[in-house]
Amino acid sequence: MIWQVELIILILIIICAFAAIKVRDLLSAALLLGAYSFLMCLAWAVMGAVDVAFTEATVGAGVSTVFCVAAVFHTTRRTKD
Amino acid sequence: MKILGKLTILLCGVLLMVFAMEFPNWGDPESPASTHLSPYFIQHTMEDTAVPNIVTSVLADYRGYDTMFETTVILTAGLACFLLLRIERKKIPHRYYRHEPTGVTLRMEGEKYPKNSAVFQRMDANWVPYDFVISRTCRLIIPFIQIFALYVVAHGHHSPGGGFQGGVIMGASVILFAISHNLRTSIKNFSEKTAALFSVTGVFIYAGTGALCLLFGEVFLNYSALAPILGGDRVMARSHGILVVEIGVAVAVTAVMIWIYYNLSSAGKQDEGL
Amino acid sequence: MESIFSLVLAKANYAAYIILMMIGLYAMIAKNNLIKKIVGMSIFQTAVILFYVSIGCKKGATIPILRHHGHPEPVGHAAENAGAHAMDAAHGAEKVVAHAVDAAHNAVHVADYINPLPHVLMLTAIVVGVATLGVALALAIRVYNTYGTLEEDEINQQLRSG
Repeated sequence: MIWQVELIILILIIICAFAAIKVRDLLSAALLLGAYSFLMCLAWAVMGAVDVAFTEATVGAGVSTVFCVAAVFHTTRRTKD
Repeated sequence: MKILGKLTILLCGVLLMVFAMEFPNWGDPESPASTHLSPYFIQHTMEDTAVPNIVTSVLADYRGYDTMFETTVILTAGLACFLLLRIERKKIPHRYYRHEPTGVTLRMEGEKYPKNSAVFQRMDANWVPYDFVISRTCRLIIPFIQIFALYVVAHGHHSPGGGFQGGVIMGASVILFAISHNLRTSIKNFSEKTAALFSVTGVFIYAGTGALCLLFGEVFLNYSALAPILGGDRVMARSHGILVVEIGVAVAVTAVMIWIYYNLSSAGKQDEGL
Repeated sequence: MESIFSLVLAKANYAAYIILMMIGLYAMIAKNNLIKKIVGMSIFQTAVILFYVSIGCKKGATIPILRHHGHPEPVGHAAENAGAHAMDAAHGAEKVVAHAVDAAHNAVHVADYINPLPHVLMLTAIVVGVATLGVALALAIRVYNTYGTLEEDEINQQLRSG
């Protein structure tokens, strides 16, 4: 639990989340969600929740990004908001 | 709508922020969440189950019911994806084939598809030439990923890991294969039927272990009843029972992840993938 | 100034969780695109998990994996062994002290380990989260195949006119 690292990661997480819902390209949104998940995994590893961080690294940053990209591939990439 | 949404969220945020000030400080060892139930788990895990990783022992032993039904939820999600997307293969109007020796692409109409031909190779509609480096590298590293997945499942007692993580890594290795080659090759090696069968088998292993405990005359999911089969004393039997259950979880999660990927990446047709 | 700083530091995790939850909820309520709504749902989910994990944090504690050497020995046995050796006091005081230290080493202090219970709850929640994400994306693909768009207002328009 190093609070400086923790604080920096939390700020980056919030920026990533904000960007993921603001960006006008769905593929970018999916990839930003992956980056968000990976930063979240780092935050949990710093907090000492190793099992949760491991699960998030495999599931959130790995598989769910692939699912999102697959869905965007079969629908559309453009959006109005 | 947007203004209303923003107002609602601002109200929620302010209310939550006010009440968050009343929470115990971050990292406070005396907070109510850390003083009631978790001390029991921390102190008794070793003598009850002989598993040093407290998270694993609580996940698969103390809260076994919870995990069993979570596994069922994952199976249900896989089934839901299947039922939502999977459609019968109607007559596909045309397919693309590549004549290997000349590199000419042919568009075949009707039912005149070449069957298992050595010179004609089926292609996706948006086919791009295979990248030699990517496909070979993936083929090289996939066995190591799978060995790591097995290690994560088997070593969940002593290090971070367990059925969920190992299963997802195993599923990710097959997904990587499907991405680096193509979906049809992947389905040829790990078919949809196998995925469905494995996902049910995983849940069955978990529930069956619990039922076996009932047969030995103890309560559901009390693995110490399995001491005559698994060997060792009653404490070690619980440790081994956790391993059996984790293997069940891993099998179910692997199969469901692959199954959902097959359905999502081909929009249910299971013909041309990502 | 010092007190404000320490207050912010003590509640930084909760503040981050609330901001992330607001972002996720806003995306779910106000965004027009279905995939954006699903992304918002994912952010909301992760925010709640962050809240749970920060509840379980303890200052000065380590990860919830018990320290052990080789074959696991139940705590009760170690204490008994130490007691038996303590009775054998003729062998000298140092040995007794050594065994007492050994027993103390084997005993588990609650304050040394982070609370594992929220981790267990959230570990399953993450995996179920990816399964529900898959179902949501499958629904989005179905909607796109039926209506040809992912924008909510256009779908509503088609429903009204059709």
